[in-house]
Amino acid sequence: MSDAALWPPRTSTAPRRGRPVTTETPLVRRTLIAMAVIGLGLLVFAPLVVVFVEALEDGVAAAVASLGKPDAQAAIRLTLTIAAISVPANAVFGIAAAWFITKYDFRGKAFLITLIDLPFSVSPVVAGLCIVLMFGANSLVGGWLVAQGMPIVFALPGIVLATMFVTFPFVARELIPVMIEQGRAEEEAALTLGASGWRTFRTVTLPNIRWALLYGVLLCNARAMGEFGAVAVVSGKIRGQTATMPITIEMLYNEYLSVAAFALAAVLTLLALVTPLLKTLLELRHADQLSASHRH
Amino acid sequence: MHIEIEDISKEFGTTAALHPVSLAIPSGALVALLGPSGSGKTTLLRILGGLEFPTAGRVLFDGQDATGVTVQDRRAGFVFQSYALFRHMTVFENIAFGLRARPRRSRPPEAEIARRVGRLLDLIRLPEIGARYPSQLSGGQRQRVALARALAIEPRMLLLDEPFGALDAKVRKELRQGLRDIHDTTGLTTVFVTHDQDEAMELADLVVVMSMGRIEQVGRPDDIRARPKTDFVREFISA
Repeated sequence: MSDAALWPPRTSTAPRRGRPVTTETPLVRRTLIAMAVIGLGLLVFAPLVVVFVEALEDGVAAAVASLGKPDAQAAIRLTLTIAAISVPANAVFGIAAAWFITKYDFRGKAFLITLIDLPFSVSPVVAGLCIVLMFGANSLVGGWLVAQGMPIVFALPGIVLATMFVTFPFVARELIPVMIEQGRAEEEAALTLGASGWRTFRTVTLPNIRWALLYGVLLCNARAMGEFGAVAVVSGKIRGQTATMPITIEMLYNEYLSVAAFALAAVLTLLALVTPLLKTLLELRHADQLSASHRH
Repeated sequence: MHIEIEDISKEFGTTAALHPVSLAIPSGALVALLGPSGSGKTTLLRILGGLEFPTAGRVLFDGQDATGVTVQDRRAGFVFQSYALFRHMTVFENIAFGLRARPRRSRPPEAEIARRVGRLLDLIRLPEIGARYPSQLSGGQRQRVALARALAIEPRMLLLDEPFGALDAKVRKELRQGLRDIHDTTGLTTVFVTHDQDEAMELADLVVVMSMGRIEQVGRPDDIRARPKTDFVREFISA
């Protein structure tokens, strides 16, 4: 049976011949590529370059010296501490939330998903104010905690809370679609084979979601280190104590100490760039596994 | 092991998936739960496997009440509709999973696990594929691996949810015989769910025709074909 007999060759559309139907003409292709390159260059790459150029304006020595100052050191330490606490905590909360939402059916599920997304839609400044109102020295809870010598606001716990609020959705948002796509069958299979709930989670669920989890954690980390608005409200901006890297950068900049400001900004940028770099490296190394587990 | 289902019903919210149904499955039988989608056949199978719990009624295994027994303790070899193989594990690791999941004192040593996995791969006539990942297998191979994985735990019964549903017609025919052979070798009480009356009639010793959460008729294939009890059964098996 020959197709040619049923479908006479088309003559009117000669230029399309030999080209997949999803391919555009060279002109369209080049325009799209140019738009992407110009957009990325102007909006992403150029500002990054400027940060480093400004930081090194007075030479490498000046930039390094400004980073050696106690306030800058304290800011770097504080930011790393905040990330070290809030990222693992949010990874655990995110996994728990995604697990609960995707593996069980219950009423109010849509509402819960909206609630998880809330930190994305609420302005970080408002979130910071909420924490001040709840835990400030004038509030019931906050007053008691201050009396116990455990202040929340204008101290590390408040900054961690604000950061966790702002970065809460990242891990859950990455996991939920992946876990919905994978369904429950593999977990059920593990259970019928005699595995406990914990073993099922460890040996079946976690390996299946590891890439999405890693990506969520990386995004969460980048944002945790960079958060400004919410932290600015709850931290009180005490230099050397509660001023994180973004806040110190802003203070230095406002004082016209641009080399110090941009040097610290460069470090923050590098810290943020480590995460996508790490992700790319891991993806390259495990490319075969990725395709084997066919995660698109 | 013989299975008795006594007045089992199941409600999801306000909708009844199963009206009270009763059924006795003799030891070593190969039984088909046959019906259109929404007839409650999969729900009944999942209740037997311990993946759902009935709203009311009892399940007895060898005369003992097993209604509240957890899914892990039922030792039911379950083959899922799309096989649910662990995609990040090799075929070997998939089949070994149930043995490795046992508590330490009843867990066989690794050498024994390897021996048993090898024997199961022989049984499903795929001795060479232990190192492959599920994504590298054909549909028919996946089904057989799922069967081997379910058999690895030395189950008391074998439960299969649409075991041939995702396969093309030629492979389906071959694997029917494969399941029959495995059933005859192991002697396990086997229940499978299907919406295909040819499959049920050709393969099963006992066919349970279901519709709308009720059992319409239970009988041997030729019995059901010769004497359909209800209009539904007559229409369904002639379709």
